[in-house]
Amino acid sequence: MVLRPVRVEAAAEMANYEMAAKGRSLWADAARRFFRHTPSVVSLAVLVLVALFAFTGQYFAVWTNAEIDWSVLGKVRTAGMPSLETGHFFGTDDLGRDLYSRVVQGSQISLMVGIVGAGIAVVVGTLYGAIAGYFGGRIDSIMMRLVDILLSIPYMFVLILLLVVFGRSIVMLFVGIGLISWLDMSRIVRGQTLSLKEKEFVEAARAGGASNFTIILRHIVPNLLGIVVVYATLLVPQMILTESFISFLGLGVQEPLTSWGALISQGAGTIMYGTLWQLLFPLFFFIVTLFSFYFVGDGLRDALDPRDR
Amino acid sequence: MLKYILKRLGVAIPTLLILIVFSFILMRVAPGGPFSSERPLPPQVLANVNAKFGLDQPWHIQLWEYMVGIITRFDFGPSFAYTDRSVNDIIAQGFPVTLTYGVWSFVLAVLVGCLLGIAAAVRHNSWLDYFAVGTSIGAQVLPNFVMAPLLVIVFTLWLRWLPGGGWNGGQWNYIIMPVIALGTSYMASIARITRSSMLEVLNSNFIRTARAKGMPATHVIVRHALKPALMPLLSYLGPAFVGMVTGSVIIDVFFSTGGIGQLFTNSAFNRDYSVIMGITILLGALTITFNLVVDVLYAWIDPRIRY
Repeated sequence: MVLRPVRVEAAAEMANYEMAAKGRSLWADAARRFFRHTPSVVSLAVLVLVALFAFTGQYFAVWTNAEIDWSVLGKVRTAGMPSLETGHFFGTDDLGRDLYSRVVQGSQISLMVGIVGAGIAVVVGTLYGAIAGYFGGRIDSIMMRLVDILLSIPYMFVLILLLVVFGRSIVMLFVGIGLISWLDMSRIVRGQTLSLKEKEFVEAARAGGASNFTIILRHIVPNLLGIVVVYATLLVPQMILTESFISFLGLGVQEPLTSWGALISQGAGTIMYGTLWQLLFPLFFFIVTLFSFYFVGDGLRDALDPRDR
Repeated sequence: MLKYILKRLGVAIPTLLILIVFSFILMRVAPGGPFSSERPLPPQVLANVNAKFGLDQPWHIQLWEYMVGIITRFDFGPSFAYTDRSVNDIIAQGFPVTLTYGVWSFVLAVLVGCLLGIAAAVRHNSWLDYFAVGTSIGAQVLPNFVMAPLLVIVFTLWLRWLPGGGWNGGQWNYIIMPVIALGTSYMASIARITRSSMLEVLNSNFIRTARAKGMPATHVIVRHALKPALMPLLSYLGPAFVGMVTGSVIIDVFFSTGGIGQLFTNSAFNRDYSVIMGITILLGALTITFNLVVDVLYAWIDPRIRY
């Protein structure tokens, strides 16, 4: 069997590390710092609650999200108010549909868009940036020139164009958001890779005979994880914002599916009739989630990058 | 310097061409041509209409004509939904509206944001500082499509001071809310950026020297600290401009100002491809040009930039 130099080297490094001191790992250290920072912990708890609401909320709903309560139709302003008796915990929307189950369903879509968008960014952006940075030279300049070009396109209009041309669907939304989300990530990752590839452990791996892709996947990428995690956390709210923007214009997911942006748009359209709850409930979840993501992201950055203080 | 400008143009021009080709291809692969409506036209009529708009040509010739039209005559072709009007007419109708409140928002965001940021840094850890930091966090989660309805609730529904929408030839009370809704979040970002860079500059050695030799405080801030502190802001202006252009779509739709964003969404619903393409390309060109100008300015002002 061929000796795996990478493993041997990594094991040696680990052994060395443990001998030197009963050291804490980077991640344990970061976790300790993160959990000591109250706003981040509170925000994390809020995010867990929002996720629970989004994915278990439907079991407490009296009405489904597409069902129309005919008894409130025409008098939504009075009969459609939020109340426990009618089962419309958040009231109804303008068409007599239960706002509670619509908010639950909208939260699912919005969170999913955010997480899928950030996920694409993590996978594509990290690999792209790491490859460009590691190989350098002409490959790097061609790859990054492409990113520059894509970044200077007004993507919101292109995204709308895509949705108009290929029809509005959640798959198209994911494709469109996925197309743009990884660009910034790849730039950040490339910058980090440029400095990482000069480090001794990369040289050692190369001397040990590891192939370029093994070095990228086993040595460069794990060392990038910190910054990738931080940036991904800050990317989720941006993706949610993008989707809400599209949905606010009525170009997002199609009825009866909905999302925070669509709900805010509908609520905003009816505020003149005094049905404020239609705006405020979705708005509350939207703002609280965005706030929490930004705080968690900031907390993670402080925890993972202690030199910045 | 010239080399740098040429290099940047080398990115900007291909970007624009890619944008044109990309939108053109998208439009061509779209299911259904612009004239395939619910009521099918007689084949002869359809052929005539297609011939009129040049749709019977091979697509590479169409693309070539379209590009030549845009580049040489600044002509985006006819609108497919309103056959008696050209895309240029439609854009010319909406663009002044968007430009009016866009420029106001931009100017206000930069002015107020800078002043707030500088004041917050100079009075570090005062109530003013906390106010600036608080608004900048708040504005991050209050994008324009949240600001707009909230403003309407307060100023139209409760206080009844301002009209909740419309344009009315650009009368001042119709402009206020669009300007605020569009500009607030950028104002907050500008304030945050100015504050942090100003803090950094104020803690640097040359400021300490200036203070130590007894210069008046305002002189130190205005003559010494301001220029280096505003440098990072310049690189933010590009993204801010892009964001405002994009955000104007929301403002137009929400306040029914009749600006370019409203035209864009209307055309999106009507599948009026030529108008969508025209607006996308126009705004793309604007964005790319603005970014180019900002980058060149940056390199010109800050000699440390390598180019």
